[in-house]
Amino acid sequence: MTDNSMEKMSVVEGSYATAHAVKVCRPNVISAYPITPQTHIVEDLSQFIADGEIDNCEFITIESEFSALSALVGASAAGARTYSSTSSQGLELMHEVVFNVSGMRLPTVMTVVNRAVSAPISIWNDHQDSISQRDTGWIQLYAENSQEISDLTPLAYKVAEDKDVMLPAMVCMDGFILSHVFEPVILLEQDLTDEYLPPYRPEHFLDTKNPKTFGSFADPSVYTEFRYMQQMGMDIALKKIEEAAKEFTRIFGRDHGGLIDTYRADDADILLMAMGSVVGTIKDVIDEARSDGIKVGLLKIRSFRPFPVEIVRKTLADASVIVVLDKNISIGLNEGALCTEVKSCLYNTDINTPVIGFMLGHGGRDIPKGTIHNIINKGRHVAKSSIKVENEFVDLRGDLI
Amino acid sequence: MKEIRIHGRGGQGSVTAAELLAVAAFKDGHYSQAFPSFGVERRGAPVAAFTRIGDMPIRLRSQIYEPDYIIVQDPTLIEVVDVTGGVKPDGKILINSDFQAETFKLDTPAEVITIDATRIALDIIGLPIMNTVMLGAFAGATGEIKIRSIQEAVSERFPGKVGEKNSKAANEAYKRLEAKR
Repeated sequence: MTDNSMEKMSVVEGSYATAHAVKVCRPNVISAYPITPQTHIVEDLSQFIADGEIDNCEFITIESEFSALSALVGASAAGARTYSSTSSQGLELMHEVVFNVSGMRLPTVMTVVNRAVSAPISIWNDHQDSISQRDTGWIQLYAENSQEISDLTPLAYKVAEDKDVMLPAMVCMDGFILSHVFEPVILLEQDLTDEYLPPYRPEHFLDTKNPKTFGSFADPSVYTEFRYMQQMGMDIALKKIEEAAKEFTRIFGRDHGGLIDTYRADDADILLMAMGSVVGTIKDVIDEARSDGIKVGLLKIRSFRPFPVEIVRKTLADASVIVVLDKNISIGLNEGALCTEVKSCLYNTDINTPVIGFMLGHGGRDIPKGTIHNIINKGRHVAKSSIKVENEFVDLRGDLI
Repeated sequence: MKEIRIHGRGGQGSVTAAELLAVAAFKDGHYSQAFPSFGVERRGAPVAAFTRIGDMPIRLRSQIYEPDYIIVQDPTLIEVVDVTGGVKPDGKILINSDFQAETFKLDTPAEVITIDATRIALDIIGLPIMNTVMLGAFAGATGEIKIRSIQEAVSERFPGKVGEKNSKAANEAYKRLEAKR
């Protein structure tokens, strides 16, 4: 942030900052079905359109999330810049189409306002919804605060629409914690966004004069190569995300990191890893623990897909213990998705640092500073002796079990 | 950093009050953050909303457990909700009531202050909607926020006559408590 940044800020809701960011990205087709806690984004975008504030853009009101994303398949294939947003059950209902969008290499951007999944029904935040779409071939970016969710939106379009990437992107923000927070944000300027994000000009699109097929039948002689090429797109996206983040900093003057960001990580014995809004709380706790002489730092994952294996390895190499926080669980493995990735990327290397995982914040369970302090203390024990519990649920209520 | 918790009932504008407080604090040159209690809110049900005010960008995302200030929009909540919970010993609890503070016999080291915000709202706004009045009272009782910033935040949110009346009512509550501070 620059020194005069407060003068450019206004106090708005996270959802409004998101909708504004979408607006200045100049989408052509928006389709979304309202679901808590995503609703305010859709309401704000509808208002922008009703007020004539987004040129050359149609909002398709529709009867379900399945149809919303399906509509965008057609629109995107026809060459439109497309946007949707959803949460929880809405994303689960989209699931079939989610695969289609990436398989057809359509660079749709969708804000996922992270919410727990049913049953039991919960409207509150965790990451199970977007994590359940991990393998669908979408880029997944996670935001820490309202400014980052705003700034990631044009970055997502820039990377998704890159002709060497051509993959859709989910920009993930924590439901209520970020979607309903009022805090100071620099709303993206239209002129700077135009400079950063050129109009979408796809190489391939549906055109009656030059007919093409999207999502055609693929027999066993060609299907494998479609998947291989999606992976190639992700590999290229690793580099493109870093480049797009640098370009963002050059034009807008703000730096949130690239594929990852770090906080007081350089000399850290205990290295925490996390995604999303809990990162803010972790930073405050790191400052407190540091003032007590505990050498703790943070590796924040901004890009969960593609997963930045090399840079994570490099950043983790000198830590004594790696402590991973996950707002999700792979039921049956007793482990969060980020913890699995971290362990996976350290195997077959010379790094033999212990990794422990903590699953927390499910269904909106609050994460106070004390919880993070306790987790750091557990990490200190592992650094001194050995792992006794590899993965555990945090703040479990014994009285309910 | 100062942390404020607002207790009210669904429909009394507690979430709006928390947001306006964040806007006003920012106008004063502070960083701020406001968020609701994330409940399934219904008209009449107890709700809470939160505001943080600080001189550095606010990163903390947890709920507020040890508030510096508490605003109680509806005194009937005192029997239902632990409104004093976690308040700092040198904190202040501001209750909308025409009773004296001692009447509530709250078991807290924090200072308890009452103001008849509903009366002020009825007299000036013409409706028993007291959230903006309580913000004026907050500015008066604590000195944390300039009343002018509260009034600007209110007028921007509610343009025209509605904003004018709310702004005037906030100022009335401010004057009453500012004089006692």
